[in-house]
Amino acid sequence: MSRQRSLATAAGTVAGPHEGARAGGRSPLITALLISPAALFFIFLLILPLAVVVIYSFGERAPAGGYAPAFTFANYLNLPARGKAFLNTLTLAPLATLITAIVAYPMAYFLALKAPARWRLLLLALCIVPFWTSQLLRYYAWMMILGSRGIPSWLAAIGIEDLRIINTPSAVLIGAVYGFLPLMVPPIYVSLEKLDRRLIEAAADLGATPLSSFMQITLPMSLPGVATGSMLVFILLMGDYILPQFLGGGKVFFIGNALVDLFLQSRNWPFGAAVSVALVAIMFATIVVYMRFVLGLSGQRRVALV
Amino acid sequence: MTPMRLYAGFIYLFLYAPIALVVFFSFNSGRYAMDWQGFSTQWYAIAFSNELIVRALRTSIGIALATAFLSTVIGTLAALGLERLKGVLRQLFDALIYVAIMVPSVVIGIATLIAFVTLFDTLNPTIEWMLGRRAEMGSWTVTAAHVLFNIAVVILIVRARLTGMDQALVEAAADLYATPFGTFRQVVLPLLAPAIVAGFLLAFTFSFEDFIIAFFVAGPDTTLPIYVFSSIRRGVTPEINAVGTVVLLASLSLMLIAQALLRTRRAAAKPAVPAAGAR
Repeated sequence: MSRQRSLATAAGTVAGPHEGARAGGRSPLITALLISPAALFFIFLLILPLAVVVIYSFGERAPAGGYAPAFTFANYLNLPARGKAFLNTLTLAPLATLITAIVAYPMAYFLALKAPARWRLLLLALCIVPFWTSQLLRYYAWMMILGSRGIPSWLAAIGIEDLRIINTPSAVLIGAVYGFLPLMVPPIYVSLEKLDRRLIEAAADLGATPLSSFMQITLPMSLPGVATGSMLVFILLMGDYILPQFLGGGKVFFIGNALVDLFLQSRNWPFGAAVSVALVAIMFATIVVYMRFVLGLSGQRRVALV
Repeated sequence: MTPMRLYAGFIYLFLYAPIALVVFFSFNSGRYAMDWQGFSTQWYAIAFSNELIVRALRTSIGIALATAFLSTVIGTLAALGLERLKGVLRQLFDALIYVAIMVPSVVIGIATLIAFVTLFDTLNPTIEWMLGRRAEMGSWTVTAAHVLFNIAVVILIVRARLTGMDQALVEAAADLYATPFGTFRQVVLPLLAPAIVAGFLLAFTFSFEDFIIAFFVAGPDTTLPIYVFSSIRRGVTPEINAVGTVVLLASLSLMLIAQALLRTRRAAAKPAVPAAGAR
């Protein structure tokens, strides 16, 4: 979970314009000394391990579990064996992202255009705060709410019997909206907040109805924010484990759950490695598509969350 | 009450009610979730006299402190170094920072698990021969994995502050015959301090709350999130509400402090990472 927030940090920390190395007697030795500890960590705990995962994905499962050297595409050809996990992830994650965007939009609109200016940042911060708390605990709370003693028992009291929510796709969707709303609101807020309001006034002067000026000005101009939020939420959801584990209860599982099972239970490491490679490939493809179509078009600045 | 306000109110309720529920039921005297029996603080007493919980808490705090310390030092040094770096190497490093942050935790967990297992399998005969014991996974492997991605976080935060820093201050110091180290200690470091402290607090929180990476590489050790996860899996227990409430309060206060530090608009530094994404 924690890393999800770090992703938000990354998106938030605008990487640009750097003055770069400045003039004046800078010794490369000192630069190397400053960077080398971090470089060592990146080489030994990131590049090499990821490379090993790729190598493993072409190997075979050892008889007792683990890895036996080989060169085969069998693991990749076998990916359909976990097709259900891919299918769940690739249908529920986009759907949840869409619902989250729809729920977040009016909230961001309220904060950016309707809320009193002096409360604006505080109100926005209040939307984000839940994101800082433990993901385990937040989904655990929803286990209680959606479990048999929660909402279903209240509904039974008013005559709607035998409704099961927990461990269904709906529970995972509710959890996803809850979990990722704090990540979706700020980018939309930013794109709405910097919107030039004179455009809307001008549209009104020219006889546009509020609805048509919303559809023709506000909405299109805030789409980059919606896209940024959606990209963040989508890639985080795709790699999620706790949400489907808690609210899907083993019945609705994502790729992350399949990975934990493959590595820690069935110990089929090479196949698990192939599944991880496929997951990361899908994520990076998503990011590339986002960069190409959205960032390129708008030059939208990214948003901070941490 | 306009419809928009009503909607906003509903959203806040949606966001906070579940958290409030955990806190509320931590004071329940009954043992079943969602079944209020009366006020009691017994679950706090029970939770914090539970040997396993206390040990897991200690393990987690130890890992988080070590992670925060190491990643703040290494990350700050790297951020300073990267400012001086140009060209392909710089781009490569920037790409790695984003890879460290973007690759899902599950995959990081798997990759580090495989790396450690492979490493230990190769080295253990030698280590055993030399030291008479074997290298095994545990808190230290969790710390190593946590440091990796928190270095990336610290670099991003410190760098944001560094970029916003007024170079004229550094030049003025040099004009006044400050040594490079003197300039660093008396000008740069004080300006970076809020970002560095914020980085430390964030790294601590991220490490303290991580479940999935620790799940893969903790070996026989149990961190608090691992304990919480497995007891929730066994069935909802009221102790978890009490532990959860304490953890919620602790992590919220740390994050609020970090936020406040990141927002300080002191001297020449422009706000590093505006908390709420404004502007």
